[in-house]
Parts: sequence; structure tokens; C-alpha cells
Amino acid sequence: MDYFIELFFGGLTRGSIYALIALGYTMVYGIIGLINFAHGEIYMIGAFTSFIVATVLSIYGFPLLAIVVIAGLAAAVWSSAYGYTIEKLAYRPLRKAPRLAPLISAIGMSIFLQNYVLLAQTSDFLPFPALIPDFEFMEPVAHIVGSSDLAILVLTTLVMIGLTFLIKFTKIGKAMRATAQDKTMAVLVGINVDRVISATFVIGSALAAIGGMLIASHIGQINFYIGFIAGIKAFTAAVLGGIGSIPGAVLGSLVLGLTESFATGYISSDYEDVFAFSLLVLILIFKPSGLLGKAETKKV
Amino acid sequence: MLELRNVSAAYGNIQVLHNIDIEINSGEIITLIGANGAGKSTTLMAISGIVPVRSGKILFEGKSIHTLSPDKLVAQGICQVPEGRHIFPALTVQENLDMGAFLRNDSEGIKEDLDYVFSLFPILAERRSQDGGTLSGGEQQMLAMSRALMARPKLLLLDEPSMGLAPLIIKQIFEIVKKINKDHNTTIFLVEQNANQALHIADRGYVIENGVITISDNAENLLHNQDIQKAYLGI
Repeated sequence: MDYFIELFFGGLTRGSIYALIALGYTMVYGIIGLINFAHGEIYMIGAFTSFIVATVLSIYGFPLLAIVVIAGLAAAVWSSAYGYTIEKLAYRPLRKAPRLAPLISAIGMSIFLQNYVLLAQTSDFLPFPALIPDFEFMEPVAHIVGSSDLAILVLTTLVMIGLTFLIKFTKIGKAMRATAQDKTMAVLVGINVDRVISATFVIGSALAAIGGMLIASHIGQINFYIGFIAGIKAFTAAVLGGIGSIPGAVLGSLVLGLTESFATGYISSDYEDVFAFSLLVLILIFKPSGLLGKAETKKV
Repeated sequence: MLELRNVSAAYGNIQVLHNIDIEINSGEIITLIGANGAGKSTTLMAISGIVPVRSGKILFEGKSIHTLSPDKLVAQGICQVPEGRHIFPALTVQENLDMGAFLRNDSEGIKEDLDYVFSLFPILAERRSQDGGTLSGGEQQMLAMSRALMARPKLLLLDEPSMGLAPLIIKQIFEIVKKINKDHNTTIFLVEQNANQALHIADRGYVIENGVITISDNAENLLHNQDIQKAYLGI
């Protein structure tokens, strides 16, 4: 039973990290219908930024909590700047082009950013400092649920509550939903659609950056390539839940995280990806619009 | 108030409007009638800044506006209720109305206008927490008009408000259009295929055929014009 609980929490942790990344995919898709393949790289840049900031701060002897907060904020801000710039440079000029053009532009951006970090930083794996200490009160259950798992779960839950609040109740959140539902009408009520799209990229990038920092601290190492596989997994999760749907992205991520965790624990870690992607294939066959996605209806 | 001078507009290579002249004075109800595909909606979209103006000028309160972006035009007081209503389907009625007031920050005035649209259409108050997409066609038209009113427009552009609605509802909608015009001295530019109803509430009218304004006269004369009776009134 302990083993089951351990796997369950491991899966939740994994799933909530996926969710932080998947939200960016799904929000961007919801608003401009683009799969932003460079999103995984935004996450990787977030991990690198927090690594650099955390390393510098720990040299100067900052307390751990301050390091986590400052490194997290720095990563969020820096990744947001990247997300904002990528949209402006690589996608906005192609807004009216056929759908394939921005998709290819996105893949190009992804490759560019990977190689940029490879050249600017290193091709080696870098040891990432453990930013989350072992809490004392967790000691009795430490063999089942680690402190870092708990911290990740709590943090991602808080971030998601914040995001839900933002989208449901704030003016920019409502404008985002309106723009996703009917762009022409959004323009006609006076919404500056370009600004809403930029805001979507900024929010999605900040979430991915926080995810990047948390998982890097959890796993303990980073390199320029981590964005690729995490990006693919999060994208899978977003499709699983129904791309374009925000609760769908969270649900899909948790389902994917748990599936991977149980498959690894009960069968073999060699089959982790096999199970993840088999799940995707099954969903696409039996429910192509995803768990919570709406089937697209076109009025004639 | 609004003046279109020699306006031409095109979608890509297909020119839709050819040197159109329209003049609307403050407080008037002006109607633009014409057949399907004559360029009625394009005229409104050109005024709203969605379809670019190829040549000519659009003046609003004496200033040239055809180079402004659509959100700037809403800020100036030009609001459109587009054809097909374009309700945000997954936003509640209240949220749809909030979006109408997107550019405003005067919460007092917004509250006032909210009370006003609920007095025009009490059914919307009952349905305010329901998703816009679940409303009937008539209710959606009411919501679309209310959403535009929430911006407190000086000039309200209405594109086929009667489309697809039952005769009783159409009558109600046209009465409300007249009332909006009276209550706040809102200038109204009404595009309609339902020429008979439109001419009955309008002060003046324009007839558009294949992107060219062919007739412009006061509404009374247009109603008795034999060509128009034959072509648009079915008499």
C-alpha cells in the first residue's frame, strides 16, 4: 500500500509539473489556434535562468526561501520576455498566413533556442541545487512522499488557483476568453487583440518557467535539451485533456503523470514513454477532441 | 456627424464598394437598404475599421477616422452590432455586457447603462448568469444590442437586426431601436434587407446596388418610390 501511495504522489507531482507547461500550450492554442512548439524551450530557459540566479544568490549566502522566491520570479520574468518576443518576431507577422506557416516558424524557434542555449551555456548536464529543503514535519512519511513533492503540489495548486481567478474574474481574463471565442467581435467591442495575445504568451511563459525551476530542483540536473521532451509530454497532456480547454490541460496532465508513474512503478521504467504515448493514441482514436475538449462544429 | 466621401473598399482583389457617399447627422436614424451582396455589411465594416478603405475618406465629427484601428473607433463612440449577432457563446450574459463596456472605467456610468439595457430588455436581467450561447435568436439580438449600448455609443451601427427572427420579435426590436434613438439621442445607422420596417422608423435612407449608392432620399419618399416598392418592398 505504501508503494501505491508513493507512486500516486509521484504521479501527481509529475502531472502538476506537466500541467504548468501544458497550460501555456492550451491557452495559446485557444486564442490563436497555434501549437507553440517553442514552448518547451521557454520552460528550459526558465530552468536555466533560475539555475543561474540561484547559484549566484547562494554564493552571496541568501537564505533558501529568498533564493526560491527571487529565482522563481527572475525565471518567470525572463521567460515571459522570451515568450513575448517570440510571438512578436515569429508568429505575429504570420497571423494571416496559412496555418502551416506559423507552425513551421514555431519549430524553427524551438531549434534555434535549443542551439542558442547550447552555445551560450553548455552541452553538459549541470547539477541543479536542491531548492526545497527536507521539512521536519514530513519526516514520518518521508519514505513515501518527499518534501519536494509536497512543495511542488502546493505551489502548483496555488498557481492554478491564481490563474483560474485571473481568467474568470479580471478584465484581461475575460478579454482573453472573449478573444478566444470570437476574434472579430472582440475587436468590435474595442479589445486590442494583439495585446491580449501578448498577455497570453507572457502568462503561459511565466507558468512554464516556474515549472522549469520546480522540476529542475526536483530532479537535480538540467541541460539544453530538457525542454524538448518535457514540451512533447506537456503537449500530449494538453491534447489528452482537450486542447484549448484550461481544466482539460490540468486533467490531462494529471492523468498522464499518474499513468507514467504507475507504469514505471509496476511494470518497468523502460516503458514509461510507451504508456504515455499509447494513452495519447487511444484517446485520439476514441475521443479525438480530448477528455474535456469540445468537438469543433462548423455552422454552414 | 459621420460622412463617407467617395469611399471604395475591397476584399483582396474584389472591389465591393465603389465611390460611396453617405452623410449621417447627429440624432438621425439612417437606413441603408439593398439586396444580398450589395455591399451593406462591407460599408459597416469599413466604418468600423475592419475592412480597409482603398480610397476616399471617412469623417467622424469632422475628423478623418478611416486610418484608425477598430479599438480606437470604439473609444470614439462608434459601435457595431454585426450581422449574425456574434454573441460570445461561453461568456455569461453579464460577461457579454461587461465586454461591451471594455474600454470604460466609470463604474457609476456602467451601472447606469446596465440598468438602462435591463429596462429595455428585462429578459436579459433574468438570464444574466446564463451562457450567451444558450439564448434564443431573439434574446441574442437583444444581448448584442445591449452589449453595444454598454459602450455608450454616439453612433450605433446595426447590421440586419431582424435577420432570422419571428415577426413579433422584429416589431419589438425596431420599436426599441426607435426608443434608443429617442432616449439618448443616439445616432443610428441601420442596415436592413427588411426595407419596409427599416423605412418606417428611419428619417432618411440610402439604396445600395452592386456597391454603388443609387438612390438617397427621405424615408417617406422612398416608401412611395415605385422602383423601390417593386425591388425591395414586394408591392
